[in-house]
Amino acid sequence: MQNVAELEQTNQREIVSFRVSGKDFSIDIGYVREIRGWSPTTILPHTPDYVKGVMNLRGNVIPVMDLSHRLGLGPTEPTERHVIVITVLGDKTVGLLVEAVSDIMSVPADELKPTPDLASTSSRDFVEGVYMIEDSLIRVMDIHQVFARETGGF
Amino acid sequence: MSARETLKEGFFQECEDLLETMSDGLSEMERGENDAEVVNAVFRAVHSIKGGAGAFGLNVLVNFAHSFENLLDDLRRGAVRPESSVIQLLFRASDRLFDVVEAERSGRDPLGRAQDAEEYDALLAQLATACAASPAADSEQSDPEADFVPTTLAFGPDLGLSDVEAALHTHIIRFAPHKSLYASGNDPVALFSALSDLGGLSVSADISAVPPLGALDWEESHIVWTLSLATELPVPDIMDVFEFVSSDAAISFEDLPAAVAEDMPTAPLETEEPPPAQVLQVSEARTSDPGKSNPSGSSNARQSIRVDLERVDRLINLVGELVISEAMLTQSITQDGLVQNTDIETALARLKQLSTELQERIMAIRAQSVKALFQRMSRIVREAAHATDREVRLITEGESTEVDKTVIEKLADPLTHILRNAVDHGIESAEARQAAGKPAHGTVRLLAAHRSGQVIIEIEDDGAGIDSDRVLAKAIERGLVSADAELSEQEIFHLLFEAGFSTAEQVSSLSGRGVGMDVVRSEIQALGGRVNIASVRGAGTTLTISLPLTLAVVEGMLVEVAGETLVIPSTALRETMRAEGAMVHRLGAGEPVLAIRGALIPIIDLGESLGFRQMPASVSGLPLLLVESAAGRLVALTADKIIHQREVVIKGLAENYGHVRGIAAATILGNGRIALIIDIDQVAGNGLGGQDEAASLTAHGVG
Repeated sequence: MQNVAELEQTNQREIVSFRVSGKDFSIDIGYVREIRGWSPTTILPHTPDYVKGVMNLRGNVIPVMDLSHRLGLGPTEPTERHVIVITVLGDKTVGLLVEAVSDIMSVPADELKPTPDLASTSSRDFVEGVYMIEDSLIRVMDIHQVFARETGGF
Repeated sequence: MSARETLKEGFFQECEDLLETMSDGLSEMERGENDAEVVNAVFRAVHSIKGGAGAFGLNVLVNFAHSFENLLDDLRRGAVRPESSVIQLLFRASDRLFDVVEAERSGRDPLGRAQDAEEYDALLAQLATACAASPAADSEQSDPEADFVPTTLAFGPDLGLSDVEAALHTHIIRFAPHKSLYASGNDPVALFSALSDLGGLSVSADISAVPPLGALDWEESHIVWTLSLATELPVPDIMDVFEFVSSDAAISFEDLPAAVAEDMPTAPLETEEPPPAQVLQVSEARTSDPGKSNPSGSSNARQSIRVDLERVDRLINLVGELVISEAMLTQSITQDGLVQNTDIETALARLKQLSTELQERIMAIRAQSVKALFQRMSRIVREAAHATDREVRLITEGESTEVDKTVIEKLADPLTHILRNAVDHGIESAEARQAAGKPAHGTVRLLAAHRSGQVIIEIEDDGAGIDSDRVLAKAIERGLVSADAELSEQEIFHLLFEAGFSTAEQVSSLSGRGVGMDVVRSEIQALGGRVNIASVRGAGTTLTISLPLTLAVVEGMLVEVAGETLVIPSTALRETMRAEGAMVHRLGAGEPVLAIRGALIPIIDLGESLGFRQMPASVSGLPLLLVESAAGRLVALTADKIIHQREVVIKGLAENYGHVRGIAAATILGNGRIALIIDIDQVAGNGLGGQDEAASLTAHGVG
């Protein structure tokens, strides 16, 4: 485990990686408030398909988004083994439904590579760049994009 | 926040109360109640503002309050007659004083804008002219840097103390400040300098009680002063200097002439700290009616504390959680069949009772009377009447009605708009009124009341009323309704609330300020309330706003639709029934309608309306909930099952998601799941606009 001073020196960033429809995605740990198991949501009417509904997070009503569906990778049939990543951006809190959380890792910020062209266009809009870590490709999500459309684009 | 900032904020909060007292007094004077006590109360309020402002070096405020005070002083001395022009001037001065206080509070330069400075100077000049100018006042006024110098108050003969001998007399005054005197920002030096204006003053300090430096509690008051003042003024005039500190210090005269000593109880020297009540009595003895108002504005007159709103809100949230947890507990215990145990049952019932009461009590903390709001509104009416050259009198009723603070704050804008409308479009010109056989001055009534668990705000004018033909013609012209629509008068009135109704012809300097009645309605709806209009042509218009008592809980009917639990607010619910085959008709391929008591009411399936499912092929046997929209439109909603009626805690959706059509808010059920609260107006359609328009208009054509 590296300490904070070292992190700053080497310009590291910490990310939380998770699997969405068999692919690896990640977001900066700073946006993640907590990770919870799936529990059934209450359906919100007149909302896009990828909004799974709302859940009760300690007395707050927060929307849950099916990230796979949002990224154009097909809708998720959530089971008890699915996970909701509670993310916070500014004053908004949103849950992201994912398959599983894989890891918390520290990666060098300057090794972020542009998203390859072969990724599907809809998911590329939400991806800031990719990391190659031990042969696996981890996409870093641009959470601002996810939230911006989430809250404004209906 | 530094100590000084805290004190300053305290001063501004006090200003709110003082401004309120001032407005009250002015209103009484306007009604012709000019007894000395009323003028005195206004004077004291302005004087106190001046005093505080001086302590914080708010010079513009000091100067203005000073000029204002001079005129008031002349009034109470009888040097100026309370004619209507003087009262009007006082009103304008009070409005301006309000502005200056606001500006100082927000750190703006009160004379920042050229227009402000001009108006300010003009008003100062008018105040000075209106005064029966006294040389003393003039000299003070010409010194803009003047620190707080309490004016010597001439003593009216009506107070019965004028027979005190006026010969030069040396008073020995023992002045022992409590530490609260220093805590409230008063400085003995300022008091002494004020005393020295009354006559020859010598001051000696008794520092024997000051402990050694090491043991010194520097917040404590250790010094006692003995003042010797040679003056011909009577004791009450000297006490005036101590007016603001009378409750924060032990003040005693050791040399009173016997005549005065009889009715002025003085504390014996030996007593450590005479109870403040006694000191208070000294000042009260000077006023003609001690019961009416506390002239010293002393803080112990009122048992209240000021609490940061955020602390209260945190409490409210916590209690909301508590209520939900209680419900969850009850539910799981019931499910586990433990309820047979009477001890648990009793304890649960007690818990429920306590948490409900706790919630009510905490909500009551946030409640405030609408008085301050109504006072602001009287200014709006005054200004609107002035701008439109109408004669309007505002009558307010039920000022003591208590409403949630948030609601009060959010009511200011809609009320302003409604009142401006009432003056601008409602009340006719004096000539037109007289021609119609009405008194030349129009009357606007602003009323607040609690009615069956709701807060009612009513704005009633005795103006021309709404011309429904013209409104309908305009709405058709604007494409808000189709030309052949048959609308009831109620529905036509509600067209006024449609976005896009406000018309160019209507825009005047007053009303056309970019806020339409549609904004008024949406603001009221955002508070969970509704607006209704009633109008009689030629006789006037009444707008009725009904609001929930709190924004935190709502009484609702829980229903189940397509596996989801939904809440229907009880305020909109008229009745529930089971659909009988014979009562339900289908008109062609259209929606089914319910025939009840001679009316045909459209049936809307909640599940379909929210996109959960298709309309069930047959609604017979399903429960029907008859609801009424704000516009007075009746609709029957179908659900699968009615669960029960209960209070639910409102949880906003908008913070984390945004607005969802048909949904007003959410709540958390006993099992921890979320249930959505239905927005009846959106589900039922308002009889107009949007995709609901066609359906509702045809429905009405049928009915």
